[in-house]
Amino acid sequence: MIDSIVANTARMICGCRARWIEPPIDTEPRVYYANHSSHLDALMIWASLPTPLRKQCRIVAAADYWLATRVRRWLANDVFKAIVIDRKNPSRANNPIDIFVKSLDEGDSVVIFPEGTRGAGGELQEFRAGLWHIVRRRPAQAFVPVWLENLSRVLPKGEFLPVPILSAVTFGSPVRRESGQRRDDFLDILRNRLDQLREVHS
Amino acid sequence: MNDPAMQTLLGIVFGALVVGTIVAMIMSRRATSERLQKLAANLNQRMRAWWIMASIFVVSILLGGKLTIVLFGLTAFLAFREFVTLTPTRRGDHRALFWAFFIIIPLQFVLVASNWYGLFAIFIPVYAYIFIPVRIALAGESENYLERTSKIQWGLMICVYFVSHVPALMMLDIRDFEGRNASLLFFFILIVQLNDVLQYVFGNLFGRRKIAPVISPNKTWGGFIGGITSVTVIGALLYWTTPFGPLEAAGMSLVIALMGFAGDLTLSAVKRDLGVKDYSASLPGHGGVMDRMDSVVFAAPLFFHLTRFFYT
Repeated sequence: MIDSIVANTARMICGCRARWIEPPIDTEPRVYYANHSSHLDALMIWASLPTPLRKQCRIVAAADYWLATRVRRWLANDVFKAIVIDRKNPSRANNPIDIFVKSLDEGDSVVIFPEGTRGAGGELQEFRAGLWHIVRRRPAQAFVPVWLENLSRVLPKGEFLPVPILSAVTFGSPVRRESGQRRDDFLDILRNRLDQLREVHS
Repeated sequence: MNDPAMQTLLGIVFGALVVGTIVAMIMSRRATSERLQKLAANLNQRMRAWWIMASIFVVSILLGGKLTIVLFGLTAFLAFREFVTLTPTRRGDHRALFWAFFIIIPLQFVLVASNWYGLFAIFIPVYAYIFIPVRIALAGESENYLERTSKIQWGLMICVYFVSHVPALMMLDIRDFEGRNASLLFFFILIVQLNDVLQYVFGNLFGRRKIAPVISPNKTWGGFIGGITSVTVIGALLYWTTPFGPLEAAGMSLVIALMGFAGDLTLSAVKRDLGVKDYSASLPGHGGVMDRMDSVVFAAPLFFHLTRFFYT
């Protein structure tokens, strides 16, 4: 209930439209991976999912920011059901890959930004190896590319006030690793499949 | 509501909606070719959106007061949002856009509500036009500066300044027409939208020669002439809902129809330049808010000033 309200409000403010190349028919756990250019990215992927998929979708939140105040803690824990990661003190116990794999094993989906940091909203940067570490441990895992359009214009890096420009979230068809595929090939294919969504309009 | 003028205008809107809905239903039953099926499906979608838009508009007019101003303020906001989305803005425009969305647009409609004609008429063309380029320059990005600034300024002019002239009709003190401005506003919107619909209908029935095939392939001489003629006659017949005499009402309707056509054509040219077919997909069957408001933008200030000049 409350999460639907938050999701709809967020979508309305960002004028956000969701598009699916292949509408999802089941709730198989997925790794949603997306281009990263705004603080809004994870929130809007979460908000754009249909309710059953949204309920099982976990986004990652940095502990130092999201546990700092009561409202944020409530949003992170009760609304987003976020995976809260302590990025200040990395340790064996909070290795993000372990946490992602554990969530997937529990039947949840996760959101990952393989470029690492937020870009300026132009070219896709090189992918880091995180997706590879996941597929090595769960070879049958489905990876869904998600292209985020215009969110960098709604709230660019370094700004704190959003501008209500219309945005769109495009979900591509799931990608799986073919047997014997090597690390660089796998990451290249994931990157190309995401880049292709840039051209999709409807 | 006891005003017979209001009742008549309401009756026309309601009648047109019912007729349109029935025609659309018959068409989708009888459509044989794929082209006709597509047309019927689009018409059904359009009619559904028309019912919603007309209801919102009518309710805001009937409840009266400041609600009409709020409605057009929101419309301007949504229209400007579509315009900016399609315009390639850069990082350096962010703060200027924030001001445009959250300060300039609301202020323009506050000025309408407060009846301050003097500032209303110059706020955007003078003060916003000074502020926006300065704010963008302060952000320090010089690439395409002139282009970016002009696009934001023109967006404000079309989506906000011109549109604000519709609710501004409420602030006119028209001779022998006290307290009935809402019916004049209703008349204006009715004529603009009827002109759109009739040009589309006549164009589909009798349209052969295209007026501007590159810019707007749907506009034909048949549709244009059929539309403006019938709208001029309808306007003349409805003269008694306005402060005008029959001939004057015909003249006003003709101006509205011509300006409606001009606005539609101009904003189609903008769409072609930006490489899109519709401004957005927010109104199923119609496109975006701007696709519905395109014929209002030029007609509103002309109608406002003609009325103000000759009747106040």
